[in-house]
Amino acid sequence: MTAKTRRPSASRINPSLVILELGTILLFILFMFPFGMVMLNSAKTSREIIFNPIALPADWGQFFTNVSLIFNNPTVDYFGAFLDSAIITVASLVIIVVFSSMAAWVLVRNAKIWSAVLFMAFVAAMVIPFQVLMYPLVRWMRVVGDFAHIRMLGTYHGIIFAYLGFGSPLSIFVFHGFIKNIPLELEEAATIDGCSRQAIFFRIIFPLLKPIIVTVLILNGIWIWNDYLLPLLVLGSNGIVQTLPIAVTAFAGAYLKQWDLILTSALIAIIPIILLYLFAQRYIIKGMVEGSIK
Amino acid sequence: MKQNRLVNVLFLAPSVFAFVMIIIVPFLFGLFYSMTDWNGVSSEVRFVGFNNFRSLFTAPDFLYSFLITVGYTIINIVLVNVVSFILSLIVTSKIRMRNFYRAGFFVPYLIGGIVLGYIWQFILNSIVVQLGVVTAVEVLQTSFLSRPNTVIWAMSAVNTWQYAGYIMLIYVASIQSIPSSLMEAASVDGANYVSRVFHILIPMMANAFTISLFLTLTTSFKQFDMNLTLTNGGPATRFLEAPVKASQLLAMNIFNTATANRMAEAQAKAVVLFIALVFVSLIQVSVNKKKEVEM
Repeated sequence: MTAKTRRPSASRINPSLVILELGTILLFILFMFPFGMVMLNSAKTSREIIFNPIALPADWGQFFTNVSLIFNNPTVDYFGAFLDSAIITVASLVIIVVFSSMAAWVLVRNAKIWSAVLFMAFVAAMVIPFQVLMYPLVRWMRVVGDFAHIRMLGTYHGIIFAYLGFGSPLSIFVFHGFIKNIPLELEEAATIDGCSRQAIFFRIIFPLLKPIIVTVLILNGIWIWNDYLLPLLVLGSNGIVQTLPIAVTAFAGAYLKQWDLILTSALIAIIPIILLYLFAQRYIIKGMVEGSIK
Repeated sequence: MKQNRLVNVLFLAPSVFAFVMIIIVPFLFGLFYSMTDWNGVSSEVRFVGFNNFRSLFTAPDFLYSFLITVGYTIINIVLVNVVSFILSLIVTSKIRMRNFYRAGFFVPYLIGGIVLGYIWQFILNSIVVQLGVVTAVEVLQTSFLSRPNTVIWAMSAVNTWQYAGYIMLIYVASIQSIPSSLMEAASVDGANYVSRVFHILIPMMANAFTISLFLTLTTSFKQFDMNLTLTNGGPATRFLEAPVKASQLLAMNIFNTATANRMAEAQAKAVVLFIALVFVSLIQVSVNKKKEVEM
């Protein structure tokens, strides 16, 4: 208790706390060890890694050589994949947040049988594993595309639409739980003042959703950014539109066991998420906890 | 009123449309295809009843994948929850920089399974082996990923590394919701730390344990990305006198079956995975219901 107000003098140090601190430091180093090893070996040549993967690199400048080798690579357009990943993630997140919150609000504010059934359908669908859907989905998207003359496979809008479909159940569920607790009086007052239904949602309800929007963004953002199977099936392994996880596998497939390049490409894929995490850490942790407990 | 109804329809339309097109229709097709001879090439699809399912349960590779997935899931449930519970105790204790540790332990969760698999393939195949050479410890000198009897454990260790920080957050939230006066009172009464954890903390955290248990269960059962890039199913081993891939979990088995153009068979396997997950979810719902009654 007094540790905060008084500096711990040698005689007051709690021995069990010291053991705990040392143990935690060791555990933490163990947890971070893989990252350390990736950084260490991203700054080496392939020969150096084979010779000794745990030695310090001879020249840290090699890291920049590796990075430029990756970005100037003829087989995999790494920078393009990075941009595509960003576009797909951001666009999917925007439409998931807007459309799911709209749907959840309608479902909450209409206590009817149809809304209960619809809500149950969304919740129940969360049990369906992706493996059941993936191959019929690809076939279905091809059929729909041919029929309506809108190409769904290999396009931005195709995969973003797919993410809306896969993202809505959880997002509607999370929004539903939050909107339930917003007092109805707010909306009634606005109705009396002559506010239209759609204006009530966009002017009054939507701004109130800010904290839960962060949760929905984080839950979906981590998943979409790292997703592999859906982009692989919808975009293809060497289509025009690529995502980062596909580029990393393409890279590792083309440069088998060339760990200098594979590890550097892995590091480049990790860095943006880590940076984002450093800035938005508080929100991310809060969002993850709220998303899982609900 | 009429205008209200229009707003309702317009607000629901985008989500419901995407939901039907992306989940409901493919799901129904998926159930249907599991009972056909769909091969992904021929446009003609014939109905064959439950034939695909019948042959599944005599196929050694599927049985092996199913069993190994169950085993992998059980190991994960224990490992992830024990480690994350210990981590949650650490970051809620009085040590310095506890918030820093909490943030740090969560970092592996941010990294996708694909990238993570490559990183750990390197760690386990190169770094650990090299450490074994340097320290002359013979067990480490052969990669854990190349031995059929250790590969599942290595995958569980990697999975634990990834998920422990996430599950830790759930436990931390639960611990923080318990009034600290309870633990302090027990401490005054002379209960030592271990008995306080077992007699006060753990019973109070029952809800968090249920959530975490089912989260680890379903994620392990559906594991794919990390499996693909860490081991790609290898090494080879034998099961029921047939050659099988030692670390080919269920999701990867489905993927490889479909890649070999045996689409209908893959679809049948996926339906089995679905039924297993429905079964698990029903148990979870009933457990939660029971707990609500008790409260």
